[in-house]
Amino acid sequence: MEKVKCECGHVNPYGTVICESCGKPLQDEGKSLLNMRYEGAARRSQTYKRSVVDHIWNFFSSVKVGIWIIVLLLVASGFGTIFPQVEFIPPGENPAVFYENEYGTIGQLYYLLGFHNLYGSWWYMLLIAALGVSLVICSLDRVVPLYRALKKQRVTRHEGFLKRQRVFGTSRGLDHEGEIEKATKVLNEKKYNIYEENGNIVAEKGRFSRWGPYVNHIGLIIFLFGAMLRFFPTMYVDENIWVRDGEQVPVKGTDGQYYLYNENFEIELYDEDDELYQEALMREGSSVVETYRTSAVLLERSDDGIVGSEADYEKVKSHDIEVNDPLTHDGYSIYQVDYKLNELSEFSFRLQSVADDNGDVPDTEITVDLYDPEMSYDLGGGYVVEIEEYFPDYVFDEHNQEPTTATRIPDNPLIIFNVQTPSIPDGEKSVVGVQTNEPILGENEYRLELSGVEMNDVTALTVRLDRTLPLLIVGGFIFMVGLIQGSYWSHRRIWLQQKGEELWVAGHTNKNWQSLMKDFEAISSNTNIAMPIDQVEEDELEQERQYQRRRDEDQGSDVDA
Amino acid sequence: MPELSSNLLLVAFFLYLLSTILFAVAVTGKKFRNRQGHFQNRSGFLGYVASIIGFLFAMGYFITRWIAAGHAPVSNMFEYTAFLAIMMSFALVIIYTIYKSDILGLFTMPVVMLIIVYASMFPTEIQPLIPALQSYWLEIHVITTAIGQGILAISFAAGLIYLVRVIDFTKRNKRVRGVEFILYTILCFVAYISLSIGFNVAGYEAEFQYINENGQEAMMEYPMPAVVGPNEGQLLTDQAMEPFLSAPSIIESNDLNTVVWSMVSGLLLYWLIRLAIRKPIGAVLQPLTKSISPQAADELSYRAIAIGFPIFTLGGLIFAMIWAQIAWTRFWAWDPKEVWALITFLFYAAYLHLRLSRGWHGERSAWLCVIGFAIIMFNLIFVNLIIAGLHSYA
Repeated sequence: MEKVKCECGHVNPYGTVICESCGKPLQDEGKSLLNMRYEGAARRSQTYKRSVVDHIWNFFSSVKVGIWIIVLLLVASGFGTIFPQVEFIPPGENPAVFYENEYGTIGQLYYLLGFHNLYGSWWYMLLIAALGVSLVICSLDRVVPLYRALKKQRVTRHEGFLKRQRVFGTSRGLDHEGEIEKATKVLNEKKYNIYEENGNIVAEKGRFSRWGPYVNHIGLIIFLFGAMLRFFPTMYVDENIWVRDGEQVPVKGTDGQYYLYNENFEIELYDEDDELYQEALMREGSSVVETYRTSAVLLERSDDGIVGSEADYEKVKSHDIEVNDPLTHDGYSIYQVDYKLNELSEFSFRLQSVADDNGDVPDTEITVDLYDPEMSYDLGGGYVVEIEEYFPDYVFDEHNQEPTTATRIPDNPLIIFNVQTPSIPDGEKSVVGVQTNEPILGENEYRLELSGVEMNDVTALTVRLDRTLPLLIVGGFIFMVGLIQGSYWSHRRIWLQQKGEELWVAGHTNKNWQSLMKDFEAISSNTNIAMPIDQVEEDELEQERQYQRRRDEDQGSDVDA
Repeated sequence: MPELSSNLLLVAFFLYLLSTILFAVAVTGKKFRNRQGHFQNRSGFLGYVASIIGFLFAMGYFITRWIAAGHAPVSNMFEYTAFLAIMMSFALVIIYTIYKSDILGLFTMPVVMLIIVYASMFPTEIQPLIPALQSYWLEIHVITTAIGQGILAISFAAGLIYLVRVIDFTKRNKRVRGVEFILYTILCFVAYISLSIGFNVAGYEAEFQYINENGQEAMMEYPMPAVVGPNEGQLLTDQAMEPFLSAPSIIESNDLNTVVWSMVSGLLLYWLIRLAIRKPIGAVLQPLTKSISPQAADELSYRAIAIGFPIFTLGGLIFAMIWAQIAWTRFWAWDPKEVWALITFLFYAAYLHLRLSRGWHGERSAWLCVIGFAIIMFNLIFVNLIIAGLHSYA
């Protein structure tokens, strides 16, 4: 590839639009305003178009492609909110039927297209990956040449460059050196950096804001990279544990290293007599939970390595876990997410004879632990109660035509007892559950009478470990810095040059032209240099005048007719 | 204290009205300026002063309500929507110092007033906070987001000014229809507010028994006469109107009915205005915008986005993620409201790339500013009220 030598002597890379040094337009000899994007520097994507790598590079370096990726992500994300995503449908529902039942044919289609899990779909992931690639290549393709061009720029600029700036003006018959000196003072006060060469100056400020977009793109890339790491093992833990009052359970996801003891769970409701909230609580119609809290103790298991020896549990810390206030230790956080009040925990029974008044039936109460029941209870005197089968959460399985349990939680416990007595050594069976207590076959001589119920509160906690967070924080921080850097400052340049009898001024900014014009106003009010013209605004006004004239003429001819 | 608070908001509302009038005088008084000298400049300045005092009173409402409730009043639809309007006025106060544009005040202030009144259609009493909201991140996240959205809303006003300024209303094409549609949408809000207040004052209420989406009998109340009735609905209230149509059970038919009322009445309002002025509404507004050059309006709309976008990103995404990590156990949950905040972010990101790299200035940029604001309002109204999710607290 040939380098391009400008008449000023500077050698530019192939593909340069505006000479890096003097600003002479190298490719386009026209009169229209210069396109100052990326300072007219040569970009790799605009230059090499041969190998496969070049083609891929060129594809992803296009901002147009980048914008398409953004728009596709935007539209896809919107589709994902039409119906709830699969993780938000009621627990226990089968998505295959839920969407159709709830939302009809469109719901079914939604499910079949995989939109119920849109954000985890391969093509959504692919779009995010494409965005990442586009970010890297777009940035690299532009930042290097832009840096070169801004570094190499000379103070004295080519005529074609100055004339074709958006803000341009000339003044005649002035004491050039004196005026430039006065202007320099004004610009100095406005915090411009002044560079001088052969009696010409360029005043520049806010160049660092040009790097803002690249800085924020780096932040985004780090963020996306961090988000990707979550799919690697040991980086991410997401587990749920239910802990009953007074229970100690292993903390899932910690390989049995940590245990959690629930000292007490409690719930507080808003006071309905509180004047402040009375109206709102009336509208709500039910009580509103103010706080729910688990007084938890975190224990660490310390094995001495001897097989069969009892493990020791050492207290690590205790904490009242509430929503917005998790227990954190060793990178793990344990959050309060849900609770269940009054879960059945124990049933107590007494055996009674149906026919006569109990006679020699032992007056012993048996207690069945609904979480983990004992299977046999000896009452003495030849009376034995056995549990044949136990369904903690009884449902009737329509498909297999048999009773079964939906979960291991005693939400709807059902017990099949076999009661052996001296008169009936083989025993007689009965089925006992919530509001049921019936013999299985015909009539029984003995009956287990429910004599007590115990209930428990259960707290639901989420165990989270996310080792990607530090990277996400760094990425997010860099992104914000770059965004602010690029948004809240602008890169302005003002050229003052002597061209024979005339003094030329030109200005360029990457945004906020009104503010640039205010700087020129400050120059012209403190010197004899004439106010330059905003050529874009001038064009616009001229077009409007022409348009108005044409309309007036049209109306005039209407009247004539 | 709650009473003082709502009175302060009322005073703020009337100051915003005063400021609108003064800005209108400043813009329309242009013709007199040549002879009368300073008059025109002064009313623009006075309009600005009124908007500042209005903003201060609105902040008085905000602070007194905060003290009364014990938490920042940004926790339900009324509170957030009203605060968004207040932040719009705050954004105007800031941007006016840079551009001194009276026309911007004239276009922004009515929108601020409209949103405040719209907000007060929701229940206004102080509500207790559910556990998930009890965190200082409520204040940090929501207030920052509202400031960002308020500033982004200014770009909508400036974009609309640009469109009204440059579009040739003597022609009949889709650009004219587009601007008229924006104005019609605003009129629908006016219609909704008038109808709500009207039927409320008249004490209208109709109760229906109907079959809900689970096939069970349920009750539903209509605040407006039912044009669209519920699924297999039976009117229980005497002397109320029988519906003409009936909605399928998965749709909240009373909300749909209100939307139908608003859209039809908005249309009626629109045609009444058209009948009176005999040309597109945009054509009547156009002379007002002559005082600003299209370039300046374009720059204004871009400036508002350049200022508002980073603040919105910080509040609506970054602070949101930090809080979500604390309250919901994970920084991103794909909750609908969260997704729509991401969509807003992506939309403005696309806008910036189109503008900076593809040269989308002027009219195309102005249309995008309008769409961006539509997305923000969609997220506020539809996503909150229709799509349920973790954010549905109101």
